[in-house]
Formats: sequence, structure tokens, C-alpha cells
Amino acid sequence: MNTNRSLRDMAPGQTATIRALLSTGSIRRRLLDIGLVENTEVECVGRSPCGDPSAFLIRGAVIAIRSEDCGSILICS
Amino acid sequence: MGLTNSSTGIRAVDSGLEIRRQTPEDRVVALAGNPNVGKSTVFNGLTGLNQHTGNWPGKTVASAQGFCATRRHSYVMVDIPGTYSLMAHSAEEEVARNFICFGEPDAVVVVCDATCLERNLNLVLQTMEISSRVLVCVNLLDEAKRKGIQIDLEALSERLGVPVVGAVARKKQSLGHLMSELDRLIDEKTETHPLRVRYLRPIEDAIGIMEPLLRERFGERINPRWLSLRLLDAEPSLMEELKIHLGRDPLDDPEISAAVLRARDALAVEGITGANIKDKIVSCLVLTAEDLCLDTVTCKRNGYNTFDRRIDRILTSRWAGYPIMLLLLALVFWLTITGANIPSRLLADLLFRFQDTLTGLFLRLGAPDWLHGMLVLGAYRVLAWVVSVMLPPMAIFFPLFTLLEDSGYLPRIAYNLDKPFKKCSACGKQALTMCMGFGCNAAGIVGCRIIDSPRERLIAMITNNFVPCNGRFPMLIAMISIFFAGAAGGAFASLLSALMLTGFILLGIFATFAVSKLLSVTVLKGVPSSFTLELPPYRRPQIGRVIVRSIFDRTLFVLGRAAAVAAPAGLLLWLLANMTVGGQSLLAHCAGFLDPFARLLGLDGVILTAFLLGLPANEIVLPIIIMSYLSQGSILELESLTELYELLSANGWTWVTAVSVMLFSLMHWPCSTTLITIRRETGSLKWAAVSFLIPTLTGFLLCFLFANTARLLF
Repeated sequence: MNTNRSLRDMAPGQTATIRALLSTGSIRRRLLDIGLVENTEVECVGRSPCGDPSAFLIRGAVIAIRSEDCGSILICS
Repeated sequence: MGLTNSSTGIRAVDSGLEIRRQTPEDRVVALAGNPNVGKSTVFNGLTGLNQHTGNWPGKTVASAQGFCATRRHSYVMVDIPGTYSLMAHSAEEEVARNFICFGEPDAVVVVCDATCLERNLNLVLQTMEISSRVLVCVNLLDEAKRKGIQIDLEALSERLGVPVVGAVARKKQSLGHLMSELDRLIDEKTETHPLRVRYLRPIEDAIGIMEPLLRERFGERINPRWLSLRLLDAEPSLMEELKIHLGRDPLDDPEISAAVLRARDALAVEGITGANIKDKIVSCLVLTAEDLCLDTVTCKRNGYNTFDRRIDRILTSRWAGYPIMLLLLALVFWLTITGANIPSRLLADLLFRFQDTLTGLFLRLGAPDWLHGMLVLGAYRVLAWVVSVMLPPMAIFFPLFTLLEDSGYLPRIAYNLDKPFKKCSACGKQALTMCMGFGCNAAGIVGCRIIDSPRERLIAMITNNFVPCNGRFPMLIAMISIFFAGAAGGAFASLLSALMLTGFILLGIFATFAVSKLLSVTVLKGVPSSFTLELPPYRRPQIGRVIVRSIFDRTLFVLGRAAAVAAPAGLLLWLLANMTVGGQSLLAHCAGFLDPFARLLGLDGVILTAFLLGLPANEIVLPIIIMSYLSQGSILELESLTELYELLSANGWTWVTAVSVMLFSLMHWPCSTTLITIRRETGSLKWAAVSFLIPTLTGFLLCFLFANTARLLF
């Protein structure tokens, strides 16, 4: 099992649990604010027509996140 | 923020946190909450005001105030921008944070979305750290019920230690309970014991080091526990605000700064540093919220239900996403053009017949010619034109647009278009500000506050003018109907018009992308910043209210503004056309002077003069053109589009002129209101100048290329 799986590796329909947040700066605070802390369950619910950003169900709300930012949100599934 | 009287133009820029009480006894109540939880709906329900509402996060970017009274108290309600937390990130969130933290409201009502209560509680918990007079309003209970979510409000109130009321803000009567609880809270009949979030032990120890000292220094002015936490994580913008609020820098006090250092050292021993303390704080808040919800919320399904999923799968799908966007755009235009046709003609008939009546009246009273000319041929005629050309399309376009806005489709547009914007190193939320630009560019500029990165915000502001506002639509539509669609006839004509208009809008969007890209590789160099965008659940628009709101709020307001400019402009124009110097009218002098340059762009001197005179409002450009030609005496009466066609052809217009005019209308300087708004929002004359120059130069270039290519080819 790849230990560096991130939100970027999720396909629509998959669920996972947040393992670590590597983002820094304002996006980190933003992600924390919307409840993306360790052990949070997320589900990938869709992808924009161009393939980026993707939409995730996080604590009851649907949030779109760009793939660059997804890359630094590690998950275990 | 929507397009309303108070949100457009100069007044759009909020003047800080100045609370306007009607009487000194007025209590000030802040309405806080996450973005898009229906705060504005609650605000409207309570105050009877019509702060614009819509289903997308970030609509309220400046604070609005309104009054409401119960039998016991009168209140000033302050609708502050939506925010996820009080650790602010963007300009609009800072407004919210500063008001809750330092505005010293008598109470804070935190409006929550029942369909995702857990995340909303994060803000509730943070607010309770500052103030004990907090009332939680769980809104959208009807939506939650439909999604199988049940909330035990009593248990929640018990756990939080503050009053909790449920509401369905769209139904006004459900807010009565909120107001009676607010009265009880203000009268201190309700005892509050705000739940205190327990942080990790090292953090609690650190707070313990600082809290007694801070309580001694600042007393009741500021919650010492909250202040301890903030001094520990030392957010720069908050530190600045603290200095202003307390009148001094708390860290200038040697004892305080020593305590902060001691607390930080104690934390460092436990591995908590400046870099991760905020994470630890936020995690505790999130986990507390999670724990609260475990006990009080039961749900059969998670928030994003199958219905929303199914719609999203279509509207944001790989194949259908973009075509549907285009189709919707074209459909809105088609409905607008088709629907506006006949009412426009009827209105014109009516208003111009009234002009004859007016003329008759002036003659009977023996009024001098110049007075009749100035008032009737000048002011009234331009006004009549503006009303008959603008009112019908607006009365159709605005409700349609509001329907889209209410349904929750707009954030999906931003979602779909984010990748192209990212390619231009800009932000997907720019799409939302462009949508607002359709209504009014000045409102679009203010809306740019929803974009976090200052660089991307500037790009969005500078390019907003490439989206034609309602003041420019009627001109585009008129040009298309006169020169292109007229020949097609029947239903096909309006279809053709809609398609052409869509094409022009696409051109504007393309220009937005191109200029955004250009800016981000030149003067506004940078990489796209990080971005999160909430996709709210779809809501069924309240059709009746949409129509009433958009007609009274938007249409009549915009029309009023146009009329206010049109009448004096008509008067001035009549003077310009009738005051002669050296045997030629001033207008002719001006047009003659600009003519050689205008010809290069496929225009003529009169048209360019009209655009210049139209600086205060784009609505009056076409009337000015018509007036100028009329005053030059080729045709004296003008009652229909066919006659307009004759008038314009008689003045040398061809389809090339028409396209050039449309291009120039799409790309020229922003109106003065927009420019002033940009100046205020950026705080710099330089960026206002750039916003003036860029669309203007783009327009010059495009018109020049088009007109000369056309001349060579045809």
C-alpha cells in the first residue's frame, strides 16, 4: 500500500480518511477551518469538466479543491 | 453581494464599522455565520430590508445594517460577511472578524446551516470564546428535514450553554422565536454558560500562565482567555487590530511580553511551536464540534444527497458541462430578446406620443423655443429612449439571472471554469465576479473581495469590464436587431440575435482570459494561489419572490440611476447641439475633432463623442448618438427600430460600423462609478488608471483591426 496517497489519487465515488495535512500558509488554515483535520472522512464526489478541481464531501459540505492542493492532503483508505 | 441600491456604486464600499443607531437605546446585534447559510435571508426577514440574497458563498462582502424592533427593544441588526472562522484569511472575512471581536455588539446571532451543522459549530465555538451573549440560530431546518437530518435543539442548547433556536428563514414567521429569545438574552433572563473548548493540556497550561495577568490588565474589555490564545498564535493582522482596539500594543507591556515568552517556552518543551499551534487549536475546535454533533444530530444520509449528486453529474460533466453553460447563456439572452421586443415597442409608442402631448402643452403655454427644446427635445426624449430601450430587457434578464443565482448554479460555473482561470494564473471565483458584472460592473468589482489573493483580486477587477453590464446590453441588442437579425424575420430573428449576443459575450470572456494571462506574466506576475470553493446544495428558487425582488430591487433601481443620468445628459446634449460657435454647434465641433481618429476604428466622431459623454453611465450612449444625428437634422421623428435603421444608414452606418460599435461597447473604459469603485477597493489611483487603459486599448486595437480588415475585404 502506497503510504503517500493523497486526495489527488482519489476517484469520484471513493472515500478515505485524512492522515496528514502538508499544506502550508493560508490554504492550510482554510482547510482546517472547513474541518479537514486528521481522521476526517472525505468522499470524492466529482471532478470539473477539465479534470481539475475535484469536489469532496467534507463534514456535510461539498468543497472543490485544486489538484495542487489535493497533493498535500495525505489520506489512508 | 447582489445588485441593490446600497450595494452599487459609491455606497458599495463599506465605511468600516460605523453603526448608525436610531436612538441611543438601540441594541446592536451582529448576524454571523458561515458563507451561504441564509444570513441575509434572516436579516431581510427581521429588518424588512431587501439585502440581496442568492445561493452562493460570498454574496455579502460588506456589512449591511437594518433596524427591527420587538415589544421590548429596538435593534440594529448588522449582516456581516460569511466566514468559516474568526482567524481571518480574506478581506471580507476580516470585516466579519473585526466586527465580532472589536465591534462590541450587544449580542451575536450565529446563523448555522442545519444541513452541515458540524462545520458551522466551529464558528459558534470561536464566537463563544469572545462573547457570552451568543444566540445560535439553526437555519434551513426544512432542508435538513428533507435530507433526513434531525437536530435536537434542546440538547444542543444544553451542551453549548447558550440559547439555540431553529428557523426556516424563508418563512418569516419562524423568526418570531428568534426575536423573543434575543429579548430574553439582552434582558439577561437567559443565563448563559458558554461551553469552553478544552484545548490540549500544554495549551491550557500556557493559557494559565497568561490569563490572570491579562484579566488584571484589561478587565472586562476583552476576554482574557481568548486574548491569551491570540497572543500565542500572533496572527499579524489581528495583532494590528488589537493595537487599535486596546489603544496600545499589549506586548509593549513588559510583564505581558514576559508571560507570552514563558508560555511559548512551556509549549515548545511539549513540541508545540508557532508553526503548529494554530493547527492544534483548530483541531480541538473541530473535534469539539464533532463531539457535540454526535450527541445532537442524527442523520439517515449525509448532506450531499442523491438529487444534488445527479444534477451535479450532469451540470459539471465532462461532456455536457460546457455546452450546458453556453446553452443556458444563450437561452437567457433569447428569452430576454424575444420577450423584450413587443413591450419595448409599446413603451416607445406610448412615451413618444406623450412627447407630442408635452410639445402641445408647451406651445399652448407660449413657452419659448429654447425651453421646449431643452426640456422636451433634450431631457425628455433621451429619458424616453433610455426607458423604452432598457426597461423591458432588464425586467426579463434580471429575474432570469436571479433564478440561476438562487438555484445554486453560479458556483458550478466557477467550478467548471476554474481550470482555464488557473491556466491564466487567476482564480475560479473570478467567474462569480463576472456573473455579477452582468448586472453592474461596480457591483462585480466589490464582489472581487471573495478572492483571497490580492494579485488575483486585482486581475479580476481590471478585467471585470469585459463583461457587459446591463447598461450595455440594450445597445448590443439594438445593434444586432437593427443590422443583423432584422432581415431574418420572425422567431428566427430573435434566435439569431441571441446567438450573436452569446458570441459577443464569449468574445468578452475570451478577452478576460487573454488579458488575465497577459497581466499575470507582466505587471501582476505570480502563480495561481490555492483555492477552495464551496458547492452549496441546489435550492428551489422562490419564483414569486425572485420576480418581485429582481424587479423592485434591481430593475427599478438600475433604471432610476440611468434615468437620473439620462435626463441631465439629454439637457446638456441639447445645449451642445444648439449652441453654435463659428456657425457650427459645439457637438459638431467635438465630433469633427474626433472624427479622423474615430474613422480609424470604424466609428465616427459622433459615436466616439457619445461614448465619452456616456462615461457616467453606459445606458445613455445610444440615446446620445441618436440625439446627435437627429439634431443634425436628417430625420426629426423617431418611433421604431426601422426608422432608427434609416437614421443610422443616413449617417453612413453599415454593418461594419455596427460591429465596431458593439466591439467598442464591449471593450472601452469602465463607467465612472466603476472607476471610483476600483479606486476605493484598491486604494490606488494607479490601478484605477490601469483598469481604464486596458479595456480601452484592447477596444482600440480590436476595432482598428476589425474595421480595416473589413474595409479591405468588402
